[in-house]
Amino acid sequence: MTIASPQDLAVPQPPSGQLQPQGWLRYFSFSLDHKVIGLQYIVTSFLFYLIGGALAGVIRTELVSPMSDFVSRETYNEVLTLHGTIMIFLWIVPVVNGGFGNYLIPFYVGARDMAFPRLNAVAFWMIPPAGLLLIASHFITGSAQSGWTAYPPLSLTTPAMAQVVWIISVLLLGGSSIFGAINFIATVMKMRRPGLKLMQLPMYCWAMLGTSILAVLSTPVLAGTLLLLSFDIVAHTGFFNPTLGGNVVVYQHLFWFYSHPAVYIMVLPAFGLVSEILPVHARKPLFGYSTMVYSIMAIVFLGLIVWAHHMFTSGTPPWMRLFFTIATAFIAVPTGIKFFNWLATLWGGKIALNSAMLFACAFIVNFVFGGITGVALAQVPFDIHVHDTYFVVGHFHYIVYGGTVFVIFSAIYHWYPKFTGKMLDETLGKIHFALTFIGFNLCFAPQHWLGLNGMPRRVAEYDPMFTTLNQLSSVGALLMALSTLPFLINVIRSFSHGAVAGDNPWNALTPEWLTTSPPPVENWKGEAPLVAHPYGYGQLPSAGLPVDQATGQDVWTGS
Amino acid sequence: MPIPPSLITFLVGMALVLAGLWLGQNVSLLPVDASVNAPVYDELFKVLFSIGSILFIGILGLLLFSLVRFRRREGDHSDGAPIEGNLPLEIVWTAIPAVVVLFIGIYSYDIYDRMGGMTPLNDHSAMVHAASMEASATMQVANAATSEEPRVWGGIGVRSDKDILPVDLTALQFAFIFHYPGANITSGELHVPAHRSVELRMKANDVIHAFWVPQFRLKQDIIPGQQTILTFTATRPGTYPIVCAELCGPYHGGMRSSVVVHEPDDFEAWLQKNSPAPPPTASVAQLDVLPVA
Ligand code: HEM
Ligand SMILES: [Cu+2]
Ligand SMILES: [Cu+2]
Repeated sequence: MTIASPQDLAVPQPPSGQLQPQGWLRYFSFSLDHKVIGLQYIVTSFLFYLIGGALAGVIRTELVSPMSDFVSRETYNEVLTLHGTIMIFLWIVPVVNGGFGNYLIPFYVGARDMAFPRLNAVAFWMIPPAGLLLIASHFITGSAQSGWTAYPPLSLTTPAMAQVVWIISVLLLGGSSIFGAINFIATVMKMRRPGLKLMQLPMYCWAMLGTSILAVLSTPVLAGTLLLLSFDIVAHTGFFNPTLGGNVVVYQHLFWFYSHPAVYIMVLPAFGLVSEILPVHARKPLFGYSTMVYSIMAIVFLGLIVWAHHMFTSGTPPWMRLFFTIATAFIAVPTGIKFFNWLATLWGGKIALNSAMLFACAFIVNFVFGGITGVALAQVPFDIHVHDTYFVVGHFHYIVYGGTVFVIFSAIYHWYPKFTGKMLDETLGKIHFALTFIGFNLCFAPQHWLGLNGMPRRVAEYDPMFTTLNQLSSVGALLMALSTLPFLINVIRSFSHGAVAGDNPWNALTPEWLTTSPPPVENWKGEAPLVAHPYGYGQLPSAGLPVDQATGQDVWTGS
Repeated sequence: MPIPPSLITFLVGMALVLAGLWLGQNVSLLPVDASVNAPVYDELFKVLFSIGSILFIGILGLLLFSLVRFRRREGDHSDGAPIEGNLPLEIVWTAIPAVVVLFIGIYSYDIYDRMGGMTPLNDHSAMVHAASMEASATMQVANAATSEEPRVWGGIGVRSDKDILPVDLTALQFAFIFHYPGANITSGELHVPAHRSVELRMKANDVIHAFWVPQFRLKQDIIPGQQTILTFTATRPGTYPIVCAELCGPYHGGMRSSVVVHEPDDFEAWLQKNSPAPPPTASVAQLDVLPVA
């Protein structure tokens, strides 16, 4: 007879770890596994990247001709607002923090998960609704038209509903970022495997610690500011409304108090990822570990006191300009240290010129260029001329795209074997690299000249004398769009057809490679390895092991 | 005899510095200079461009050299040397950028000073006061009232203290409107004499705009609720664009005008021609648009 006894009912209880949906379904669930959440972040934000990229396509198409003839002027402003907001809050910030952070940090500290798995899942699941709200608003209420900076009074006079939806969406995304940051701080500080010292952590942990401190300190300021702005819009308060006695420059101070640190929230994790990737493919220890740590912390500190360099033309008093010039320019010192250390890491190495390495090296070139224009922009007399022009657009795309996005691609080539157990195709990878590098430079280098010679940013129409260079820039953008194709084909095809990667295809020493690919739930079958020398290349007999046979543990113990 | 590496390094470094200096002197990326400010700006630009080129070419060269020289050869599975750091080197590459940045900072401070940026605010507002007193004597009552409002100084722009031409600028979506209080002229275009300081008293009625003349190397935000003064002295007669540089709404890209720099005599002639007949009637078409604050 098959009358269910209480015992039978208890049987289907799956063992722990299977409480959650299994297989592909778990990527659509409220999973608590940090690896699932990490990949959820990466894939979701990549989808938003495609949308943001399409919007960039609209911008560059409009700018092929000097007249406003492709979309209406209102639409153009909506598009540039959405493009900026999506690229910053739905692509760069989530992918380098939430994405790679969640995937890698627990491995690096030797933990089985993040400190607060549930908070982690909540932080992720705030992103899709916020993003969809932002994009759907475009079709329902129209979207905001005042740029990603939303300066009042413009943001008070453009369509109110759209601006309010924009604020809600950014508040949600900011909240997600704060939750994530708290989790990273707690994980790095409290979840370290016994015996693992802070100064033995892989550099990405330090980068994420610094970034999370910035996020926790500055994002609440943005939240407060946007709340006040929404009061001004909805309840007609006058915080930032000059006709009601408000002050618009105060908004700019508050906004940049968050948004300058935000540029480091976007780039510090990328610095961390590069510090992981270079030693592996150059087969050399990361040069100058402790100076790297100190320079991250110096960048965090200085990053908090430079915001007014975005406001040199807002009638700020001279002493303030002087202070912010000096503070800003001095960020170049710790940043420079990091770059010299990376160059020294490469020097004398055995450099594999694969896609991951090429993207990482291109990052160095692009970021150095953007850093040099950045130091120039920090000089008040220089900035007065080029502020709010295409020169600034060139500067920050060299930093954000040439810096961070190049690193994201490098990181995907580097960690895809771990994520999926399959290698990516190198030929497609190199085509992707060449197209991206050429397209990127073609798109953004001419913009510096445009800015110096009189083209302001955020315009749908311009002086016809700038036509040729704008068309060149648009061709570059087209190449960048095309470069996504080999990448997408590669990522999708390799998932089923790629060569089997094995546990540790790069012969790397950091702990995520000392387990299977993809790793099991809770990361290691046995005890978490104690990795005291994450960059111990050239010291262990690892080099002698055939790449395809070594398992992580073999490499590590040298057996 | 093999050339010692230190000599090679030295020679490469010298070549790099010379190349950077040459680039800075010979590559011109800027539009013509048409104000007292502009040549000073261009001087700073040359210095920054030289330093930037040296750093960029140097780092690019070092990177490309490493990628070629230290690339992994076929079949080589060995590691690089286990070098983890080098304190003297770290000190060198902390000190060099620090010195460079410090030099740039001090130099740009000097440039800023020469552009009139460090004139103490108090001195300046005293002068403004004197100027507005003098101007208000010839001005209409409405305008005199405006000049009582506190003004923020743009914080840049060279001016000579004598014989300043005051011009009121009202920015609104999507136009610049200039008013010459002395001559009671209102115009959508700015006309100024060469070699005479102009004091633009700027205000915005709706949202933030910015006044930018690339050939003057000058830009100033025009912020509602914060009247701002910008001074400049044009030098080269000609017509140059005035560009709004702050996103101000759908027609932001179309918010442009021109500044015409006249020889001093021509400017007087322009004033004569455009001044309204003594009882100021609305003979100038634009007069209606003038929003008298
Ligand atoms: C670390 C990564 C960096 C990122 C992500 C970044 C990003 C940005 C962005 C987004 C803007 C434009 C803001 C706007 O007007 O909407 C900007 C402007 C600026 N950046 Fe950077 N930047 C970075 C590095 C630097 C560095 C290293 C410096 C200088 C040492 C610098 C100095 C400046 C200055 C002075 C401006 C203001 C220009 C202006 O608006 O007139 N930046 N940056
Ligand atoms: Cu900044
Ligand atoms: Cu405008």
